[in-house]
Amino acid sequence: MARMKFLCDAERCIECNGCVTACKNENEVPWGVNRRRVVTLNDGVVGAEKSISVACMHCSDAPCMAVCPVDCFYRTDDGVVLHDKDLCIGCGYCFYACPFGAPQFPQAGAFGLRGKMDKCTFCAGGPEADRSETEFHKYGRNRLAEGKLPACAEMCSTKALLGGDGDVIADIYRERVLRRGRGAEVWGWSTAYGLPPKPGAQPPAQQPGAPKSGKS
Amino acid sequence: MRALVFIAVIAALGLAGCGEKEQVVVYKQGKYQGKPDNRSWDNDPPVAELRGSKWSKGDRTSWEEAIKQRQLTQNEYKRIGQ
Repeated sequence: MARMKFLCDAERCIECNGCVTACKNENEVPWGVNRRRVVTLNDGVVGAEKSISVACMHCSDAPCMAVCPVDCFYRTDDGVVLHDKDLCIGCGYCFYACPFGAPQFPQAGAFGLRGKMDKCTFCAGGPEADRSETEFHKYGRNRLAEGKLPACAEMCSTKALLGGDGDVIADIYRERVLRRGRGAEVWGWSTAYGLPPKPGAQPPAQQPGAPKSGKS
Repeated sequence: MRALVFIAVIAALGLAGCGEKEQVVVYKQGKYQGKPDNRSWDNDPPVAELRGSKWSKGDRTSWEEAIKQRQLTQNEYKRIGQ
């Protein structure tokens, strides 16, 4: 059974925002709503700058689903977390629960009223007839129903952003790391909780257990 | 007797007006309350112009295989070759 996930390779992301543009264009996302965005750490620090593309990660145990007071979230058989906009009341609980800031709220009125939540759908539409005008209007394009992958991942020029079944994209990433001999240390404990690198410093210490081939 | 039936009918009709339909949806925590969604593999494969994958309608395995082949194109070591 497929479990659809995203994986962003920070060694490859060049902060071109192609994924953001592809998402906006493919789903005709309104102004002010960013289903996907590129986050840069250590911006401007030579040698230490890393960028990653972030959107809904379609968590296996999604906190947004847990906190939703109207239970408008569901998980498809492919592991994609979606929601019913007809049921959403725009309370914003999911926004506070999500560790990735994925839920977005359009400014629906002239007085800053908060609209119904909008988020990345893994280009899988929503609970409307697949590939219908209504589905596109509410949730964006349903590329999975066309046998395609999310537009952001397919448009990524450096293939930093991978999308698909977790096992398949993990294999692709593993092969990539083994071939280039580095990259496993980018994600891990030392990155998340280590000290911030100083300007001109070496990359973070290698994660224990990471491959140590000397190709870098 | 007729008066008794009349009173009973009036009472029944009158009390029926006291009935109230539930207007507040009772949500059960942890259970999806929205509309059902279609499955991707239950659709026909897209027309050739859309350049999507091909699968047999309703066949989950063929859809998963088609989407897996699409995923593997993200691996340029395999796609382009060495």
